[in-house]
Amino acid sequence: MKNRIIFSKSHYNACLALFLEVQIWVILNLMKLKAGFSERAHTADWELEVWAPDFAGLLEQAARGMFAISGTRLEEGPRESQILHLNADDPESLLVKFLNELLLLSEQKHLGFDHFNFVLDGNHLNASIEGAPIRSLDKEIKAVTYHNLSIRETKTGLQVNIVFDV
Amino acid sequence: MINLKDLKRISEYVWEIPSTYRQDMRVPVRLFATQKLLEEVMKDKSLEQAVNAATLPGLVGYVMVMPDMHQGYGFPIGGVAATRYPDGVISPGVIGYDINCGVRLLASQISYDQAEPFLDTLASVLNRCCPSGVGEAGALKVSEAELDQVCREGARWALKKGYATEEDLRRTEEGGRLEGADPSKVSKRAKERGRPQLGSLGAGNHFIEVDRIDQVFDPDAAQRMGLVMGNLVVQVHCGSRGFGHQVCTDYVDDFQAAVRRYHIELPDRELVCAPLNSPEGINYLAAMRCAANYAFANRQVLAHNIRGAFEEVFAGKGLNWQLHQVYDIAHNMGKIETHLVDGKMIKVCVHRKGATRAFGPGSPELPPEYQSIGQPVLVPGSMGTCSWVLVGTQASMSQSFGSTCHGAGRMMSRHEAKRQVQGATLKRELENQGIQIRAGSLSGLAEEAPKAYKDVDSVVQTVSGAGIARKVARLVPVAVIKG
Repeated sequence: MKNRIIFSKSHYNACLALFLEVQIWVILNLMKLKAGFSERAHTADWELEVWAPDFAGLLEQAARGMFAISGTRLEEGPRESQILHLNADDPESLLVKFLNELLLLSEQKHLGFDHFNFVLDGNHLNASIEGAPIRSLDKEIKAVTYHNLSIRETKTGLQVNIVFDV
Repeated sequence: MINLKDLKRISEYVWEIPSTYRQDMRVPVRLFATQKLLEEVMKDKSLEQAVNAATLPGLVGYVMVMPDMHQGYGFPIGGVAATRYPDGVISPGVIGYDINCGVRLLASQISYDQAEPFLDTLASVLNRCCPSGVGEAGALKVSEAELDQVCREGARWALKKGYATEEDLRRTEEGGRLEGADPSKVSKRAKERGRPQLGSLGAGNHFIEVDRIDQVFDPDAAQRMGLVMGNLVVQVHCGSRGFGHQVCTDYVDDFQAAVRRYHIELPDRELVCAPLNSPEGINYLAAMRCAANYAFANRQVLAHNIRGAFEEVFAGKGLNWQLHQVYDIAHNMGKIETHLVDGKMIKVCVHRKGATRAFGPGSPELPPEYQSIGQPVLVPGSMGTCSWVLVGTQASMSQSFGSTCHGAGRMMSRHEAKRQVQGATLKRELENQGIQIRAGSLSGLAEEAPKAYKDVDSVVQTVSGAGIARKVARLVPVAVIKG
C-alpha cells in the first residue's frame, strides 16, 4: 500500500500562519529598505546618502544618520523632549536647518534624539523630538553644509546626499 | 570628470584648467602640483569643485589650488580665490566653517636629548592643561561683554589678560587682530556657543604636537626664527570652535536668499555669495572678523597653557623652559589685501580655504625681524611623518596672491582610514617610533592615520619647486595630543 500524506486541518493552519509570518517579514523589510541611510566616501568630511518614502521620513533618517556617524550614544533612563518650529524657503534649507538645530541641542544641552514626529505645512516644520542625555560622542560635527544638496525623487520616494563638515 | 588631457601644463609644477573648459567659468584654474599629485587628486572631486568656484562673480586672475588639495564642500581644500574689492563677492562657504583655523609655532631652547626622559610626562601635562575633544570642559568661560571684547580685540584681549606677550602679537598674522570686527553682526546663538569654549582645542584634525627640529635648510632664516637644530618646538592647530562654525552657518543660510536678490547663478549652493559692498557682504565680513579674532585669542590662550605645561615639567631641572613664538598663521580666511593684477596693484578679497598666507620679504605686514626673510609659513604633516617651516617669497606674491600650501592634505576618506587602521594598533606603532600619543578617541586617531594623508615632503617640494615658498626647517613629531 502506498504511503499517503494526510493533510489535516492543523497542518493547514500551521502553513497559513507561517505564510502570513513570512509575508509580514517581507513587508517590514521592504519598508526598512524604503527608508535608511548609508555613509558615502568623502576625502575630508562625511557624506551621508539618505532615502525615505516622503520628506518627513527623510528628515528622520537624516537625523538618525547624523547621530550614527558621530557615534552618539544616549543614556538610558529619563527621556527628554523638545519642540522645534522651523521655516525655510525650500525643502533642502529646511533639512539643513533641522539638522543644525539638532547639532546645537547636542552641543549646548548634551541631548541626542531617537524619536521624531513631524507636522509639515509647506516649508514650515513643527517637530516633536524625543531623546536622552548623551552618554558619549565619538566625533564632533562642525556644520551641515549645502554642498551639492538636492533632494531627488526616486521610484520609492526621496533621496538626498548630505555633506557634514567635521 | 576632469582628465589630465583637459589640463594645460604651464611648468613642471604648474597646470591650468582654461576658462574655456566650462562655459560658466569666469577665470582659469591654476593648480600647483606634480603629475603624480594631480593623478591622485583626480580620484576625488577637488578639480570639479575648483571649476565651480571659478564661476564666482568678480574673480580676478586665477582660482588657485595648492598641492595639498583635496575634496571639501563647495571650494576644495587648498583653494585660493581673489575677488575685486569692493564690487566682487565674498562667500562664507568658500572660506569655510572653521574660520581662522590656523597653526601657531612655539620654539624652545631645550634639546630633544635633554627632554627625552620627560616626554611622557610632558605629553600628559599638555593633555591636562589644554582642553580638547568634543564639548568645552576645562575651557575659559567668558561673559557676553567679554566675548564682545574678544571679537573686537582678538589676541590683544589675551595680552590684557596676561595670556600673551607683545612679541606673540607681533609674530601673529595681522598682529592677532583683524580690524573691522563688529560683534553686533554675530548672532546670539554663535555667542552662546563661543562663550564656554575659549582656550580649547576641539576635536577632528586639531592637535598640539611637540616636534624635534630634524633638518635646517636655511640657517639664516632659522636663526631669525630662533629655530635650533635638535631643539623642541610646539605646534598648535585649531580654530574658532563653535563660534566660527555658527557664524558661517548663519551667513551661508542668510546668503541663500542674497544670491537670488543679486541674480547670482551658481553651480553649488555652498558657494553662495554676495557683493562685498552689499549689506549682506559687509555684515558677513564684520562677523567673520569676529570669528577670526576669536580664533587668534583661542590659540593664544592655548599657547599660554602650553607654556605653563613646559614650566611644570622642566622647571627645577636646570633647563630654560621658556617658549618663544615663531609665528601664528591662518588658513581659512577672507582678507582684503593689495595684489598685482594685470600690471596694477589693486585691492582684492583673498579667500583662502586650507591655504596659508605666504607674504614675501619686504611686505609691510611682517614684523621687522622677518622683513628680510619673508613670512614664516607653518605646514603640519601627519602625526607620524614630519612638518615643515617655510617662508613666503616674491614669487608667491606674483603667482598665488601671496599664498601657499597648508598641510599634507588628505587622500583617504575617514571611513576608509577607519576600515584600514585600528586606533589602538596605530597608537602602539607610533609609540614604538618614539612618539607619545594622547588621544581622546581611538577611532578619531585612526581617521587621522599617516596613511590617510599625502606625502608632505612631496607637497613641500612642489611649492618650493614652483617658487611659492622656500624651505627653512623640517620637524619630526615626538608627542601628539589630539581631541
